[in-house]
Amino acid sequence: MSKILIRGAKVLGGEPQEVLIDGETIARVGTGIDAGDASVVEAGGKILLPGLVDLHTHLREPGREDSETVLTGTRAAASGGYTAVFAMANTFPVADTAGVVEQVYRLGQEHGYCDVQPIGAVTVGLEGKKLAELGAMHESAAGVTVFSDDGKCVDDAVIMRRALEYVKAFGGVVAQHAQEPRLTEGAQMNEGIVSAELGLGGWPAVAEESIIARDVLLAEHVGSRVHICHLSTAGSVEIVRWAKSRGIDVTAEVTPHHLLLTDEMVRTYNPVYKVNPPLRTERDVMALREALADGTIDIVATDHAPHPHEDKDCEWAAAAMGMVGLETALSVVQQTMVETGLLTWADVADRMSFAPARIGRAQGHGRPVSAGEPANLTLVDSAYRGEVDPAGFASRSRNTPYEGRELPGRVTHTFLRGRATLVDGKLA
Amino acid sequence: MKRHLISAADLTRDDAVLILDTAEEMARVADRPIKKLPTLRGRTVCNLFFEDSTRTRISFEAAEKRLSADVINFAAKGSSVSKGESLKDTAQTLEAMGVDAVVIRHGASGAPYRLANSGWIDAPVINAGDGTHQHPTQALLDAFTMRRRLIGPDAGLGQDLAGRRITLVGDVLHSRVARSNVDLLHTLGAEVTLVAPPTLVPVGVETWPCEVSYDLDSVLPKSDAVMMLRVQRERMNAAFFPTEREYSRRYGLDGERMARMPEHALVMHPGPMVRGMEITAEVADSDRCTVIEQVANGVSVRMAVLYLLLGGNEPAVAHPSPAATRTTRSAPAS
Ligand SMILES: [Zn+2]
Repeated sequence: MSKILIRGAKVLGGEPQEVLIDGETIARVGTGIDAGDASVVEAGGKILLPGLVDLHTHLREPGREDSETVLTGTRAAASGGYTAVFAMANTFPVADTAGVVEQVYRLGQEHGYCDVQPIGAVTVGLEGKKLAELGAMHESAAGVTVFSDDGKCVDDAVIMRRALEYVKAFGGVVAQHAQEPRLTEGAQMNEGIVSAELGLGGWPAVAEESIIARDVLLAEHVGSRVHICHLSTAGSVEIVRWAKSRGIDVTAEVTPHHLLLTDEMVRTYNPVYKVNPPLRTERDVMALREALADGTIDIVATDHAPHPHEDKDCEWAAAAMGMVGLETALSVVQQTMVETGLLTWADVADRMSFAPARIGRAQGHGRPVSAGEPANLTLVDSAYRGEVDPAGFASRSRNTPYEGRELPGRVTHTFLRGRATLVDGKLA
Repeated sequence: MKRHLISAADLTRDDAVLILDTAEEMARVADRPIKKLPTLRGRTVCNLFFEDSTRTRISFEAAEKRLSADVINFAAKGSSVSKGESLKDTAQTLEAMGVDAVVIRHGASGAPYRLANSGWIDAPVINAGDGTHQHPTQALLDAFTMRRRLIGPDAGLGQDLAGRRITLVGDVLHSRVARSNVDLLHTLGAEVTLVAPPTLVPVGVETWPCEVSYDLDSVLPKSDAVMMLRVQRERMNAAFFPTEREYSRRYGLDGERMARMPEHALVMHPGPMVRGMEITAEVADSDRCTVIEQVANGVSVRMAVLYLLLGGNEPAVAHPSPAATRTTRSAPAS
């Protein structure tokens, strides 16, 4: 395989260095490395990060290929600087058997844009009643370690307890979509000042917080590992902070959109802002940013949720929930966390690569940028400024809340095991 | 005035007073032998009803016909309107047919806003009630009724409701009438108090320009008007209150309670009334109760709104009264 020399890149935001890729691995990192027969990527001034890892992606295949496929979704991932994504189980059929997760895993390998690590359903059909064959999914070729009924909450306390206990046998983790179902019947947006005025059904913060409180206590009781998906409220942050201080093995994620947008956007009644959990208040946004900075929230995960145009081009109540996020995540994190001084680029590498790979046990991802490691890398032009234009998205769907909004930063190159999947901002 | 009427909050004090004054002129037409004006001749108005409401639709239709508009009634009830695109498709069909205004009623909050602001359609949009959000013409007819009763039809011209104390009682949480009334009455200078069990008051109400009380009896003596809101019996099953009896004991309006109101105070209800639970027959049939007037006033107010939004080139009323001159001066271009 060929050699590539990345020249003048600030590795994790540090001093400019050279990084020599030889085949699938990083051969050398240092200064004054001779290019020799390597092709050269001039990266002066750009930031070099380990390939990003998304613990929460919806790829829609099988079942909703009109929204996204493994191919289009992984191309979007490569465009956004990702080298591995965890694909949520709420497909049709549901990823609750070894057969389905293996299929999704293999499609990722065949397409070659990004490793796809399937997430298995916790319960059969996401129905919350009967445990899916968690062990079989783990032993399959897909090697599933993360289990989630995302889109739905595992609300039965006994099922949740058993799932937490059961996956201990193979180091798995249950990722909970924390949403008390009875408290969110008919919910359309965050319950508060804006919902009161707009007359839209409220999704109260306590519906998320009460489940998180219960689950961290369950995890403590049975000595298991629990991961909380898309934290969205200041109160959730307080509970996770308390749980960690008590030594409970809990990790948590926040989405880029919950770091930037608030429920004020819903005043437009534009369903592009309709997402679950809903956009919260300014106070919540600030609490989430702080928590991501101080490590209470471990990672940023996109909750990339593609939907076709017709599912959003309608009145609010009829619209699907979710927004795409793979291609804008890093820009939003740069704006909300780096440019505000809350995180360094090294911290970004932790929150978007090292930590998610660790939580999901992703082999070969989230590794240091040093000799001998797999060459999974992302190069970011952090000086770039530009308006988001969904027409250029690799994702099959265009439901981004950032259309026309100026966001900083642009991923120019992505390398998956030494092979460029993105070159000068274009998919390879 | 804005091009569309989506929310009562869209109206300035002057817009609202202009509509009420124009409605007074329209009301006079109802006293004539021929109850029709040529104002909207040649214009087509579509009543687009995705949710059943015979009362509101008939009221709009009467208003449109009295202004000589051509009327298309589109009832989407029964057709398969589960997906949102049917709103867009329907709107574009109407646009292609050259509709000059759309009156829309929809079960989803924000549907009229989307219709007006998504580029699907150019015609002015009038919200005839959307989900639990707004019902601005209802608020206007309520304000019109209050002004007539509390100030008088002629003395009321040019006047707002400054200093009047209005109480709204019942299911505020699910009520578009409550939301519209709070906005409009505040704009008109009235002091509004909402009375309901805490379960039927929305979280976030603290930013509304009104007071909230859980105790009807303490509010009644200082109310110039008491508006009873619709309470659906289903709410009981969803645990918003324990029993119908307990609700009516605490929040129902009966003769005894009515006697605690000032003598000039009126009792209002957007209809249809659930006699017994919210209001006793004795109150509903008393001459303080304005339910029937509200229905009549609804037509005048909707005529005024249609006239002002569609910007008739001629004066609203052919034989100009002093009020008509005022209208002509303020009528917006279409
Ligand atoms: Zn979720």
